[in-house]
Formats: sequence, C-alpha cells, structure tokens
Amino acid sequence: MRLLTARLSTRLSRGRRGKYAGSVVMLLGLLVTGGAYAVLAPAQASDEAAAQSTVDDGRALFLIGCASCHGKNGEGISTQAGTQYGPPLAGVGAAAVDFQVGTGRMPLARPGVQAPVKDVVYTDAEIESLAAFVASLGAGPAIPEQDAYDPLAIPEDELNEAIVRGGQFFRTNCTACHNFAGAGGALSYGKYAPALDGVTPKHIYEALITGPQQMPVFSDGVLKPEEKRDIIAYLESVEASPDYGGSSLGSIGPVSEGIAGWLVGIGTLVGFCVWIASSSTRSKKGKP
Amino acid sequence: MSDHTTDVATREPADEPIPNPGLHEHQPRPTDVDEAAEKRAERQIAAFFGLSALFAILFVVAYFSFEIGGEPDLIMGYGASNLTLGLSLGLALLLIGIGAIQWARKLMSDVEIVEMRHPAASPPEDRAIAISSFEAGVEESGIARRPLIRNSMLAALGALGLPLIVGLRDLGPAPGSALAETVWRRGMRLVNDVSGAPIRPGEVEIGQLINGEPAVFFRNDEEGEPLYEGVELNQAKAKAAIIMVRMRPEEITPAEGRENWGIDGILCFSKICTHVGCPISLWEQQTHHLLCPCHQSTFDLADNGKVLFGPAARALPQLPLMVDDEGYLVAQSDFNEPVGPSYWERG
Repeated sequence: MRLLTARLSTRLSRGRRGKYAGSVVMLLGLLVTGGAYAVLAPAQASDEAAAQSTVDDGRALFLIGCASCHGKNGEGISTQAGTQYGPPLAGVGAAAVDFQVGTGRMPLARPGVQAPVKDVVYTDAEIESLAAFVASLGAGPAIPEQDAYDPLAIPEDELNEAIVRGGQFFRTNCTACHNFAGAGGALSYGKYAPALDGVTPKHIYEALITGPQQMPVFSDGVLKPEEKRDIIAYLESVEASPDYGGSSLGSIGPVSEGIAGWLVGIGTLVGFCVWIASSSTRSKKGKP
Repeated sequence: MSDHTTDVATREPADEPIPNPGLHEHQPRPTDVDEAAEKRAERQIAAFFGLSALFAILFVVAYFSFEIGGEPDLIMGYGASNLTLGLSLGLALLLIGIGAIQWARKLMSDVEIVEMRHPAASPPEDRAIAISSFEAGVEESGIARRPLIRNSMLAALGALGLPLIVGLRDLGPAPGSALAETVWRRGMRLVNDVSGAPIRPGEVEIGQLINGEPAVFFRNDEEGEPLYEGVELNQAKAKAAIIMVRMRPEEITPAEGRENWGIDGILCFSKICTHVGCPISLWEQQTHHLLCPCHQSTFDLADNGKVLFGPAARALPQLPLMVDDEGYLVAQSDFNEPVGPSYWERG
C-alpha cells in the first residue's frame, strides 16, 4: 500500500513540473466549477423564474378581475366622499386572497355592505397565482399548512380533549356573532356573521388569521395555531352530531322554537278544541 | 228533559221585549237511532283505545331496542330513541283523548239541559242565622268584657311581626364598594380567556379582538389551589372580564386624560354591557363598533366607548393599559368607574 502511494506521488510530482501541467489544472478547475454550477444553480434559478411567472400570471388575472376596485397595483381606491371603494391589499397576505376568492366572496358582483358567498369563479391554480401576486405586494399571513388547520392531524387519543377545549374557545370568542351552534347571526345595517357549517377547515383558519370584512383578527400570537385547530375540531364535531331531540329548527334559539311552539303546538291544540266543540251529525229520522 | 223545558216556560217574565224562542227541537244523532251506527261508533272508540295501548307497548319496545349515547341509532339524522319514545308516548296519550271525546260525542247522553241562574246572595233567613251566631260568639267569649285578654292577644299578634322584620336582615349585607371595584390592579397582566396566556403588544394585529381576563384567575396559591374558584370566581369574572381590540392609532380619538391609556392603538374595555350586564363582544372591526347581543346597544370603541345606539345609558368603561418589564400588557389601575349596569347608589 505504501509502495503504491509512493509510486503514485512520484509520478504525480514528476508530472507537476510538466509543460502543460498549469493549463491542465486550470482547465480542470474551470470544468469542476462550471459543472457544479450547472448542477446546482440553474435549479434555483428556474424556481425563481417559476415563482416570478406565477406572480406575473396573478398580476395579469388581477388587472382583469380585481384592479377596477383595488387599483392596478392593489393600492386601493377611495371614493370622493373619502370612503373605501376597494381596500388596499398590501400586507393582507396570500391567506386573505385564498379565503376571499376561494369561498367566492371575491370578486364582488356589486358593491354592498357585505360580500356574500358565491360560486367560485377562479380555478385553484388561478387562486394560487392571485395569492402569490397579492403576497408580493407586502408581507402578510401566508396560506396555512394542512397540519395547522386539519383536525385529522390531532392524535386520536387527544381528539376529545381538543374538542372540549375548542368548544371553550369557540364559546368565548366566536358565539357572540356566529351563534352557539355556528349557525351565524345578524350584525348592524344588513351585515351578518355567516353560518359555519360546510366551511372548510382551511377557510376557517384563514378567516381567523386575516379577519375578513367585519370579522376581527385572531392572530397566531394570541390564539395559538393548535387552539384554532381545536376550534375547527369542535365545529366539525358539532356538525357531525345528530339532532338528538328532533329538528333543530336552524339552531337559532328561542325565536324559532317559540314560533314552532306557538303556531304548531298551540295551533294544533286549538284545532282539536274546535273539532271537539263543533256539532256532530244529526239524524232526520225523528225521535227515538 | 221535558221537566226542564217547562221550568223555563214558567219562569219566563211576562213583559220580556222579545219572546223567548225556547229550545230548538231535539234532533237525535245517527248513533241514537241507528243500531248499526251505534255498534260502529263503539268499535271505533275501542279501536282508539286499543291503538293507544299498542303505542304504549311500542314505547317500551323502543326504549329497549335503540342505542343511545356515543354512537346512537339514527332515523333521518335524528336520534332514533328520542324520536320514537316521543312519538309513541305522545300518540298513546293522544289516542286515549280522542277515544274519550269520540265516546262523549257519539254515545254518551246528548240531551239539551237548561240550568237557570240563581242570585249570588244567601237567603235572608240564612244571613240572619249567621249574624246571630256571630253575636252569640262575641257574647260568650266575653272579648268586650275582658280588655286584658283582648289587648294581650293583640300585642301577641303584633309581636309576631317582629321575627318577620328581623328576618329581612338576611337580605343583606349591603354590597358596600363591591360593585364599584374589580380585581384589576396596577401591573396585573391581561391574559387570553380560556388559555390564560399573557399577551405582548406585538402579537396583536390591527383589527384584532381578544376576549381577556385578569391573570389572577389563572393563578394558584402556595398550596396549589386556585386563588379564585367556584362562586367567588364567577362573581369576580362577571365584573373583571375585558375585551381588547387594536385599531389604527389615527382612528382613535381619546378623551382628555385618556391619551396614554392605549398601546399603539390597542385599547381595553369592560366586556360587561352597561345596560343590564350581558357579555358583549360582537366587534365589527371595520366600523369599530361593539354590539351587545341582548338588546343591540352599540358602543364606539374608537370614541371612548361612547353609546351610539340602544338602551345602554353609559359609555363602556375603559381599562388603562401599559407594558410591564417583560413586555406583556398589564393594567395601569382598576377601572376608574363601576363596570356593568347602573345601580341605585351610583347616581
């Protein structure tokens, strides 16, 4: 072994003094550097290019579908009266776009007190592009990872505990507007808190971190991501639980139940009373 | 029956302006005259009672056959047990009622009856007897002749009122200053309700709503027992609950003396409505209005909690904020006015 290395080094050191040795080493060095660059760097560059093209696609979509209210650069448009026609979008983040466009709220069909849920008009890829463009306007909340919002990520043996805790957070922070069963409720001047059944966990999470329309923000710093996931787990358990006692009448509390009690319940009793008091058929056959 | 009608005729005053038409001629029911109809009605009523018994038995069957609890049996999304128990018991009761009514209408006696009204007063001879026996009682007891007994009896009856009056003391003690104070003190941290996590101003975003509590509710004493629990906790919580919101600082118009009560647009208000004390947290972040779900009182938190609408008579009390050494939000002091609804001594 030692003999081999000795011979090799002898041969190498002999060649080192060769005429072309300098050029060969230089060439080798250049090749290695260039090769390494070819292998590593262009991959990154193509990622950047792809991201840039997503933003460009998003900008193209934005100019067509959003700019008339939000301005060509998402700077927002104010009316002459000083009120907002379309709010500025710098800093609202990709999560806001994914929520507003992904639930069909945006683009608005017409200005109004509140953006209603409609059919979604953009594909998932288009929403991703729009979100990337709006996120490029200013730092804001990103679209959450699936583990952050999906109750399926909660271990089986901790699920009940999570649902109970989620219920406490829900009743403390959400029921005032969204009703104790998540059935939604009215706010002032035609605004309303929408019902929560059928809303995907991702959109609930995004609404919590972005605060769409009148809804307040519940930032991750104060209401921790796992606490948000607990709330979503609670909502799913409410949605999945059957109506043990018969029809829930919309879960909107004493008003619908009172109406049903008065009209259906007491109405039926009054109907019976009328039937009891009505005269029965009489025979014309004469006295017995 | 004929007796009653003649009775009516004889009692009729002669100078009645409109002649009494009397009772119309009695018309028998089919069941009165037709034996087949009578038998049919009998079978019908028996069928109602029989069905009722059947539903009562179905109740028992349903009670034992449907699963309840964690994974209940369902019928059309409703709990099968509740639905069938309610329906079977309800129908069993209803069918007894229907059977009884059908019985009365079809088979029981069907004659018209008249009962004349009588004067409400007793006859004079009865009244004379009552008065004379009362007078005899007064005479025999000698209450007029023995003032000592009479007066001592009246005194005894009067003294019986004393225990009642003294018992009223248990309505107290008066709350003293308890209504005007909460557990908030200078330097006490504001924590998120339920989790008890303290809050740094940097974690609070524009448009944020935090339903908070004073940190003391989440603290234990030396023995590891909570400082506040049970009724005491609920009473303290009912006054000390707060909400914290963050608005753009330029949107806020603080009243004189309140300029340093917020931190970068973070303001803290009592969560207890000043009308009748509902917990109030319908926060419209764009209009910065806070709505009470009970009676729609609306407060403008950008304008010192001023009442904009509804039955509330007082602005929402504001809790002055500051930041402690570790960078967490804390109170500068207790509320400087009583929280919650108005009360007598508050003026």
